[in-house]
Amino acid sequence: MIKKSSNIFSGQIISNIILAVFSLFCILPLVLVFSISLSDERSIASSGYSLIPENFTWFAYEYVMNSADSLFRAYGVTIFVTVVGTVLSVIVTALLSYPLSRSELRFRRPVLFYVFFTMLFNGGLVPWYILITQYLHMKDQIFVLIVPYLVSAWNVLLMRNFFRTIPESIMESARIDGAGEWRIFFKIVSPLSLPSFATIALLNSIAYWNDWWLGLLFIENRNLFPLQLLLQSVLSNLDALAAFSAARNIVVELPGETARMALCILAIGPIIIAYPFLQRYFVKGLSVGAVKE
Amino acid sequence: MNKGSRVEVSSHSRIGKKIKSVLPSRNEWKSQRAFYTMMIPGIVLLFVFNYIPMFGVILAFKDFNLSKGILGSDWAGFKNFEFFFSSQDAVRITFNTIYYNGIFIVSGLLIAIIFSLLLNDIKNRHLSGFYKSAMFLPFLMSWVVAGYISYALFNVDLGIINQFLNALGFNSVNWYSDAEKWRYILPIANLWKTVGYLSVIFIAGLAGIDHSYYEAAEMEGAGKIRQALSISIPMLTPIIVTLFLLQLGKIFYADFGLFYNLPRESGLLFSTTDVIDTYVFRALRTMGDIGMSSAIGLYQSVVGFTLVVLSNWIVRKFNNENALF
Repeated sequence: MIKKSSNIFSGQIISNIILAVFSLFCILPLVLVFSISLSDERSIASSGYSLIPENFTWFAYEYVMNSADSLFRAYGVTIFVTVVGTVLSVIVTALLSYPLSRSELRFRRPVLFYVFFTMLFNGGLVPWYILITQYLHMKDQIFVLIVPYLVSAWNVLLMRNFFRTIPESIMESARIDGAGEWRIFFKIVSPLSLPSFATIALLNSIAYWNDWWLGLLFIENRNLFPLQLLLQSVLSNLDALAAFSAARNIVVELPGETARMALCILAIGPIIIAYPFLQRYFVKGLSVGAVKE
Repeated sequence: MNKGSRVEVSSHSRIGKKIKSVLPSRNEWKSQRAFYTMMIPGIVLLFVFNYIPMFGVILAFKDFNLSKGILGSDWAGFKNFEFFFSSQDAVRITFNTIYYNGIFIVSGLLIAIIFSLLLNDIKNRHLSGFYKSAMFLPFLMSWVVAGYISYALFNVDLGIINQFLNALGFNSVNWYSDAEKWRYILPIANLWKTVGYLSVIFIAGLAGIDHSYYEAAEMEGAGKIRQALSISIPMLTPIIVTLFLLQLGKIFYADFGLFYNLPRESGLLFSTTDVIDTYVFRALRTMGDIGMSSAIGLYQSVVGFTLVVLSNWIVRKFNNENALF
């Protein structure tokens, strides 16, 4: 017994070192961004970035908050897209996957294949892009940031797996009591599936919050920039940041490097705050998805 | 255990079918109608955003003219393809896409398996909880944020890595113009983002393994490594194969966010950072060459599709249970 535990301990030192090093590798880059955002612009210009803030100051945050209307507008766009997108996508996904989980659905196999096939083949970026811009005329419409992501085959299959764990006898007895399928879905199946709805909702809300791809393709109007797209445009072009202050006639020297990083921290802030909660549900959702059946 | 429950469900449905044939068909028709009404929004969205673009692949054979529309534009035959395949770019972006994805798949799975085994073995719950949280965090960050990080690391004058090199007496490296370096930077960035997520999946798989196997092995005198090789890895094989297949099926599709945001579209780096997806994007947005970009897109889709079907067929030949479909 004693020998065994000492064996485990000696093995664990190496495991702990490996895991601790990798954990630091994952976190330190974010710490670096945070510390740059808290540094003084001039000391950065003279001695470069550092992991510990040099001449600690909140000035970059003050600057970003005061001068960047676009930041608040982008926050608004992203929150709207995330909330509306998440709610709609959960509803549409649940309504599509529930019948597919029921064995009495006629043509279940063809419909399932219809969903699954979209994972195997697609027409490519260009036809999709032309459809949305030239035929659906969704360019510079806020809904273009939502609609293309509403249904994903992967989420449908995931949720279908959840629904299949509900015993059919429950639905069967409700039917015998005279309940219609809609009623069964809303009154019986949905309350039982709340954990799975929450999982899909979280997966989708992170996807919407972090998305810049749809914005990059379809949004040119700066008033409709989502947060991540604003972030991206500021990184590729510091002038985008300067443009805010020019408009407001701010005389202060532009704290370019630090303000940029402050903007980045403000964009990931909500995710970091919600992280303990997010992590728990994500882990649950991911494991159900991959370890299915 | 799961198999048992599946059998149970299917026997249920058999009974269900028997009952159904007794029930008045009007009732059944009503519930079928309800089911199909539920599915309409999803089916329509998939049709519009996934199926209609599939027909759009004819763009690859057209000389697209906006005023004439897709169907009205003149046919171009294989001109769009010829133009692309006769250029140096075709080889480069195809190679880069497969090269990086190959490295990503192997390194990601390998390291995640090792880490999940290590994590599973850590007795101190607080420590293992901390490691898991730290490793999983990057997965929730967007590639744009990763772009900020890489900028803070690799910036030539201010970046932390050059400062470090200077402190050790080395010269600064021009990271954003030295293409070769990105062959290493990109795989490391990919590990940063995905290892935590993959480990979480494997840990869930490990949690499902019956403890008596390990107890029996310990009684036989098997060490930790032996147990990992003879119990954990074989038990994880179905998950490993599933993840491997899912990623292999996408080996022709690069992670656009990574290749777009980290090298920051620096032309000097294209030899090692340009992949099919960034190339198509640039052809579409910067050059506006619709014909060629949709030709490359079709090339990507067709090869990608062939690869999924082929790899699934191979797995099916060896072990039916592990196949995806």
